Amino acid sequence: MNPRRKKRLTIISIIFVGFAAVVGLVLYSLSQNINLFYTPHEIIGGKEDTGLKPVVGQRLRIGGMVKKGSLTKNNENLEVSFIVFDATHEVTVTYEGLLPDLFREGQGIVANGVLAEGNVIVATEVLAKHDENYVAPEIAEAMKKQHQKAEKAKTSY
Amino acid sequence: MWKWLHPYAKPERSYQLASTLLPWFAISSIVLLVIGAVWGLAFAPAELYQKEYYRIIYIHVPSATLSMSVYMAMATAVLISMVWQLKLADAAAAAMAPIGATLTATALITGAIWGAPSWGTSWVWDARLTSYLILLFLYLGVIALHNAFEDKALASRAAGILTLVGVVNIPIIKYSVEWWNTLHQTATISKLSAPSMSSEMLWPLLTNILAFALMIGALTLIRFKNEVLARNAMRPWVRELAAKVGDK
Repeated sequence: MNPRRKKRLTIISIIFVGFAAVVGLVLYSLSQNINLFYTPHEIIGGKEDTGLKPVVGQRLRIGGMVKKGSLTKNNENLEVSFIVFDATHEVTVTYEGLLPDLFREGQGIVANGVLAEGNVIVATEVLAKHDENYVAPEIAEAMKKQHQKAEKAKTSY
Repeated sequence: MWKWLHPYAKPERSYQLASTLLPWFAISSIVLLVIGAVWGLAFAPAELYQKEYYRIIYIHVPSATLSMSVYMAMATAVLISMVWQLKLADAAAAAMAPIGATLTATALITGAIWGAPSWGTSWVWDARLTSYLILLFLYLGVIALHNAFEDKALASRAAGILTLVGVVNIPIIKYSVEWWNTLHQTATISKLSAPSMSSEMLWPLLTNILAFALMIGALTLIRFKNEVLARNAMRPWVRELAAKVGDK
């Protein structure tokens, strides 16, 4: 490469690396704010790095898995309540309205609402979080046995 | 080592090469698009939970993935133009911008259509969706800058700087679903691990991705040819070409 081209390439590289570093640092420092939701663990125990705990009455989003068998429906109106859990903690979510198509027990959700006493979240919006798995029905049938094994292993400890 | 490449720095040679390649890209992309569409829409099985409407991934995933590939290709062209001062690379970058913008818009719209029933919302300000929206704005900015100056070289330089700066956004889009918790799911197809998708659904998807890639190639060649002609309108070879077409 001739010296002029080399010089141009170096200048472009330096500017790019510098800019990338700036963006990287900004994103790193904002990383907690970029997260879309609190996990149940963070609501009860506070954020990992800052220890910041949400207060009662705070508007927030919670994300986690819907606990199997925890969904209760009111027969007179659209009120539902269910438990959202992660690896360590669980919180209850109550909601009045239509649940999205992909809402199922054992599936991830994100709920938008207000934190009430006793780790209950009064949700105004419930969104289903689809996972990255796309399964054909026949295969799901075949895999069911495997899943049951995995469930047993999960609940055994 | 790169000597064989040198003749193509001449606009005329590049234009001829683009003309020779175009039919191959066009025909193969049309064939694969038809195969991919029929396979994906009619023969692939319905998904377990989403039933039929998951099929929108056959448009969403190819356009989303390739919109980022087009951006990287555009950035590479800009880098070549800036370091080697190759004007043809500017033409290539200018040719790719609107194609990438269209793909990005397609992915955003199909995503919103899919999100409305399955998530329960068509838009949420999570890291993936927001960074991807920024990609659309980057494309629109690049297109605007290409058209903002009378002098094509100056326009390309301004658009080029924005293009290079915007490259930072590509890894952010790609890894946003892993770095932060988002509503958008993580990648289904990844190079490093087995895809989390049944193979009867995966093959039509891969066909569609290839078909889209070839289609983008064909569209880029068409737009590149036009850009070369527009930028060399005063050259004798373009005038000869125009006279020849005029005679027919």
